[in-house]
Amino acid sequence: MTLNTLTCHDLQELLKAKKITSEDVLKDVLAAIESCDGKVKAYVCVNPLVTLPSQSSAISGIPIAIKDNICVKGLKSTCGSKILEGFSPAYDATVVEKLKAQGVLIVGITNMDEFAFGSSTETSAYGVTRNPWDLARVPGGSSGGSAAAVASDEIIFALGTDTGGSIRQPASFCGVVGMKPTYGRVSRYGLIAFASSLDQIGPITKDITDCAILLNAIAGYDSRDSTCVDMPKPDYCQALINDVKGLKIAIPKEYFVAGIDKEVKSAVDEAIGLLKNLGAQFKEVSLPHTQYAVATYYIVATAEASSNLARFDGVQYGLRCQPKTMRRTPLIDMYEETRGQGFGPEAKRRLILGTYVLSAGYYDAYYLRAQKVRTLIRKDFEEVFKEFDCILTPTSPTAAFKLGEKTDDPLSMYLSDICTISANLAGVPAISLPCGFTKNNLPIGLQILAKPFAEETILRAAFTYEQNTPWHKQKPRL
Amino acid sequence: MLDIKYVAHLARLHLSEKDIGRFSGQLEEILKYINQLSEVDVTGIEPTCHVFAQKNIVREDGLKPSLPVSEVLQNAPAKEREFFKVPKIIE
Repeated sequence: MTLNTLTCHDLQELLKAKKITSEDVLKDVLAAIESCDGKVKAYVCVNPLVTLPSQSSAISGIPIAIKDNICVKGLKSTCGSKILEGFSPAYDATVVEKLKAQGVLIVGITNMDEFAFGSSTETSAYGVTRNPWDLARVPGGSSGGSAAAVASDEIIFALGTDTGGSIRQPASFCGVVGMKPTYGRVSRYGLIAFASSLDQIGPITKDITDCAILLNAIAGYDSRDSTCVDMPKPDYCQALINDVKGLKIAIPKEYFVAGIDKEVKSAVDEAIGLLKNLGAQFKEVSLPHTQYAVATYYIVATAEASSNLARFDGVQYGLRCQPKTMRRTPLIDMYEETRGQGFGPEAKRRLILGTYVLSAGYYDAYYLRAQKVRTLIRKDFEEVFKEFDCILTPTSPTAAFKLGEKTDDPLSMYLSDICTISANLAGVPAISLPCGFTKNNLPIGLQILAKPFAEETILRAAFTYEQNTPWHKQKPRL
Repeated sequence: MLDIKYVAHLARLHLSEKDIGRFSGQLEEILKYINQLSEVDVTGIEPTCHVFAQKNIVREDGLKPSLPVSEVLQNAPAKEREFFKVPKIIE
């Protein structure tokens, strides 16, 4: 039986018709993890206590994997860091509560770049995750574990988080669907924060239908997250319409400049051609502040991270260290040694950068200025969405790069987020879905963005494209 | 010019000499890149703290269920009775 290779909606039909049981599904998923994960290393732990659902809902009995920065009570949340080694959350994140209430089975916790700082899942303290399409390549990051697990059928669907592209870029590299909802659409309560004004939890799935199903399951207002927006939640499955006639799609010219891989450009151009034939209307536009997005992000996000990671100090949880000989005072030494031992190099780089741009004498020149450029980036999108329903771009300028290729060049790693980062700065929803393969059989991702709270428009455009192409049916050979 | 030792102390982060050597060059390169923001005209532009207008969320100051102390302390590196134990703060 290979029930692990099916989608949630396939399984729902079979379960409803009583052709299979939840036990059968779980068995196949656990067997897949057993046979694949030695090679892929998508998981940091498999839930020893996963039991069959007591709740009954449309998605009960469906196995899910959760990224290592989302709290699941009684399991482990380490954020891929040594500083949280052994940490066991005392409560469930809101999204986890919702999933449990609907009988979804939490099968395991997936690997990630340490504290979500990364685009390759190479910085986890618990090992490197590999791309199921080519084990010598990265799965993308920081939600590389979740994306790889979905791509290799080691899980039915997964949750990831996206601060600068960390759902969309790994989805693109792994040939699966990944969506970052509008900021405030999904509660961040129980998500270990990286950048509070940018972070969002979102679905990583095998197809667009499953994306709508999982978004339904997790979206919605939560009074425990004061940045969660109290807006009515539609049934996202109603948006799965195979029709884009009259849809106005903007192509921002700044996303198609030098640096984009020829094969990526060609695949995206073909996708545009297909959607045009299906009745969508395209026009080239400008998002003039695009070139400043990465710089803006690496000021704003690192500043927020430096504040959010101040809590990892050896006092209440995680690692605690003292140096062998006293340097300053026992207390300061505890802070400095704990954080010095517990954080990896990328985390340290970002903490230094973030602290610097907020420090006295530099705050105005860096952080305040970056917040103003962020306003300009946001206004660029507002302007385009006055006339257009969607924006279409590649998800990433390249397909998956090789393991180790960018680890010594942080700036080059940062620039791989160039197509995804603006959506977080502007707060707009965005999806990545497969749109082809390179000649090396590496997946290429297409990105569709819409204005705030217009996830339905994205789902409609993405569903139409998917239903008219074969990409989502292709699987890696492991 | 980023004084890495000074900023590391602000961040309560101990860096080895090796870290300092490795990071100095990398951070200078990153700062050079982010300095391009100085060429943007931001006259009259309001800073964005949050993408959507946020109002302060308040609630009634009433007692609600909370975590039991044992669960709060379950991950503590050092504890005693219902307290987190830490090095002496005041000499």
